[in-house]
Amino acid sequence: MTGTSLADGGVQRAIARRRFLDLAFQALALLILILALGSLIALITDVWRDGFSRLSWDFLTGFPSRRAANAGIWHALSGSMLVILVTGTLAVPIGVASAIYLEEYSRRNLMARIIEINITNLAAVPSIIYGLLGLGLFVRAMGMGRSVLAGASTLALLVLPVIILSTREALRAVPPSIREGSYALGATKWQTVWYQVLPIALPGILTGMILALSRAIGETAPLISIGALTFVAFAPDGLWSPFTVLPIQIFNWVSRPQVEFQANAAAGILVLLALLLTMNAAAIWLRDHYQKKLS
Amino acid sequence: MKRFEPLIEWALLLCALLSIGTTAGIILVLTIETFAFLREVPVTDFLFGTNWTPLFATPSFGVLPLVAGTVMVSAIAMAVALPMGLLSAVYLSEYAPLGVRRMVKPILEILAGVPTVVYGYFALLFVTPLLQQVLPGLAGFNALSPGIVMGIMILPLVSSLSEDAMQAVPRGLREGAYALGATKMQTSLRVVLPAAFSGITAACILAASRAIGETMIVAIAAGQQPRLTANPLVPIETMTAYIVQVSLGDTPQGTLEYRTIFAVGMLLFLGTFMLNLVSAWLRARFREEYS
Amino acid sequence: MSDPATRLTALGALASRSSQHQHPPVDRPVKIHAESLNFSYGSTRALTDISIRIHPNVVTAFIGPSGCGKSTFLRTLNRMNDIIPGTRVEGKVLIDGTDIYGPGIDVVALRRRVGMVFQKSNPFPKSIFDNIAYGLRINGMAGTRSELAERVEESLRQAALWDEVKDRLQTSALAMSGGQQQRLCIARALAVRPDILLMDEPASALDPIATQRIEELVYDLKKTYTIVIVTHNMQQAARVSDFTAFFWLGRLVEYDRTDKMFTAPAEKVTEDYVTGRFG
Repeated sequence: MTGTSLADGGVQRAIARRRFLDLAFQALALLILILALGSLIALITDVWRDGFSRLSWDFLTGFPSRRAANAGIWHALSGSMLVILVTGTLAVPIGVASAIYLEEYSRRNLMARIIEINITNLAAVPSIIYGLLGLGLFVRAMGMGRSVLAGASTLALLVLPVIILSTREALRAVPPSIREGSYALGATKWQTVWYQVLPIALPGILTGMILALSRAIGETAPLISIGALTFVAFAPDGLWSPFTVLPIQIFNWVSRPQVEFQANAAAGILVLLALLLTMNAAAIWLRDHYQKKLS
Repeated sequence: MKRFEPLIEWALLLCALLSIGTTAGIILVLTIETFAFLREVPVTDFLFGTNWTPLFATPSFGVLPLVAGTVMVSAIAMAVALPMGLLSAVYLSEYAPLGVRRMVKPILEILAGVPTVVYGYFALLFVTPLLQQVLPGLAGFNALSPGIVMGIMILPLVSSLSEDAMQAVPRGLREGAYALGATKMQTSLRVVLPAAFSGITAACILAASRAIGETMIVAIAAGQQPRLTANPLVPIETMTAYIVQVSLGDTPQGTLEYRTIFAVGMLLFLGTFMLNLVSAWLRARFREEYS
Repeated sequence: MSDPATRLTALGALASRSSQHQHPPVDRPVKIHAESLNFSYGSTRALTDISIRIHPNVVTAFIGPSGCGKSTFLRTLNRMNDIIPGTRVEGKVLIDGTDIYGPGIDVVALRRRVGMVFQKSNPFPKSIFDNIAYGLRINGMAGTRSELAERVEESLRQAALWDEVKDRLQTSALAMSGGQQQRLCIARALAVRPDILLMDEPASALDPIATQRIEELVYDLKKTYTIVIVTHNMQQAARVSDFTAFFWLGRLVEYDRTDKMFTAPAEKVTEDYVTGRFG
């Protein structure tokens, strides 16, 4: 290679140096990705090592106890599931309706712009601020107390922007030619939206919904600040019942100095992660299943 | 059916307006309680006081220690997330073969989806003991460990938003650089990064806002001792952790202690709100540049 | 004579004496009557001073180079442009004597009467049966189950599709070939019993055999319907239409019997276009 007419020694050395830097850069980037991946693995193995031995049927169906070895999480698990159910019932219809308005009806005027900017902004407001809103509005002003309904309402406001944004995305993916075809047959706007656009967008909407609810199920801070009690020792029996949720129970156990309770926290985390994994898997399955069906 | 059309449109609009109502509600609730708080505590004492002991018998309401704690943890988080996130974004956008991208992106998504209480556990019971082996002076509660873990948590945000910005840079710019004999690294660092600068800055500001508002990691692993210090090895308290601390206790409504959490919340809201606005503005400018 | 500058001068001359060639010298009933129609998107003028009389039970073809306004004009006839924000219409379009832009006009009812088939076939991602039944259901024309089935069959027969799909009415419309999909869209439009059928380059995405079937279909349908077809294919216009209108730069340049348009056009620009000198 040396002595070719294309480049003299100086240029060649510069090229070699650049090559080396290029490789070093790639190696560094890969190292960082491995580090990120490594911390995920460390997190999971750590939790697994600490908590796996505590997992049992009794743990899942048991109630809190002063003795760590007897404590279970049924009260928190059922609380989480009820709260998420109510959150979804409140947030999904309103979120989907908002998205339909913004995507299909609004005339791109000033008001639509303001609503859009506002939603983007709400999506980035810290979750604990929603907790303060829930405390001031639902718990105090509306007199709901520290109930399931107050907690679910707070979480519904929290996930609303997420549902609106993902639903708009799904609606935007429906080809305009479908809408035209429907209008050309004499369909009204709502008929077009209801019979043609929504069914096509449904898998996308559901996927977004599941992801939004799986965010809600892991939320701790807003429920703590509305005062979801950490020492509730029973499963909630209705909308007005006091409640606790899985993340709060985990937080409660982590804060204890005894190693036994920390093992309970780890086991609780495993249950929470399993719940999240199931929800995400459902979202992915939905997306793939319907994508195949449509194409 | 046709008679109902206007009705339907109104109902949909009403739902869309609820989001405006949410913002209004947040501002209203925070403002009312903050004003009630400021009637008893002078605003200068609150903003510039260096002692935060609202639950003591002789209370003092200087918020600076909480602000300092928040800034320190967030700064540590950004020091972790920024270089790592940017490098991984450059790698994913410019270098990584399709197979690697397909594998790495879901993993980053999982990292972003882990509940914060789990990160808190990880910081307190894994990272802190690990760091203590290297830094013997590290307290059980400290700013360093939650800061690092928070950095890992916001890394996916920095990485994926920056990558989106880099992907939006037109191919022509890259090809121009390659045609001049630039290596991939030179192209990435000197052409693509500057071109995507405003988009990347927007991503970083959004990440900073997320770090400032993050609650559970610091509530679990940073401690509950508001102090004005630059030492990341000792227990501190952030604004968010303070709100949690009071919420866990049984502070009666209408007391000054109860109102402190709204005053602190107001500060937190205003801070993150500014950052979000700047980020949205930068993003809009970036989108205009390349569309 | 065919360079753009000369043609523009010719157009200037045309504009001043435009009404001269805007309706063929025949005494026939009128189905659609547009009168000095202007149309704009925001601040861009897309159609200028269009006046035309379209006759029932014949095929009228709109021809002209891309961007000449022929599709835009077609879409003003069932107010399809209404769904695009920022559009403005001046002038009148009378269908059976009623101004469709007049006050009190129900756009939805108008679109049922004036059916439309699009350039790219757009079947709904549903079964073949449901595609046809959709228009009937939303317009309250479904009737009983057997009446609905009858109406679906009739529409499919009219669109010459029945024999090909009668055994798989419940399968997805997306599994059909391109030509079949387009005929399904025609059947879908016919199901709601319109009396006018607008077709926006219905065969432009199809192969020659599928195109031929659509053209035969158009020929059959004109006994029952008033058909307006936009096409960029001049042979197609010559084959299927009775009358032809030539659009250029947002104006209607010439409108006459198809045989006359293709053999002895009055305007030089028309001749240049139909003989393939530009476009």
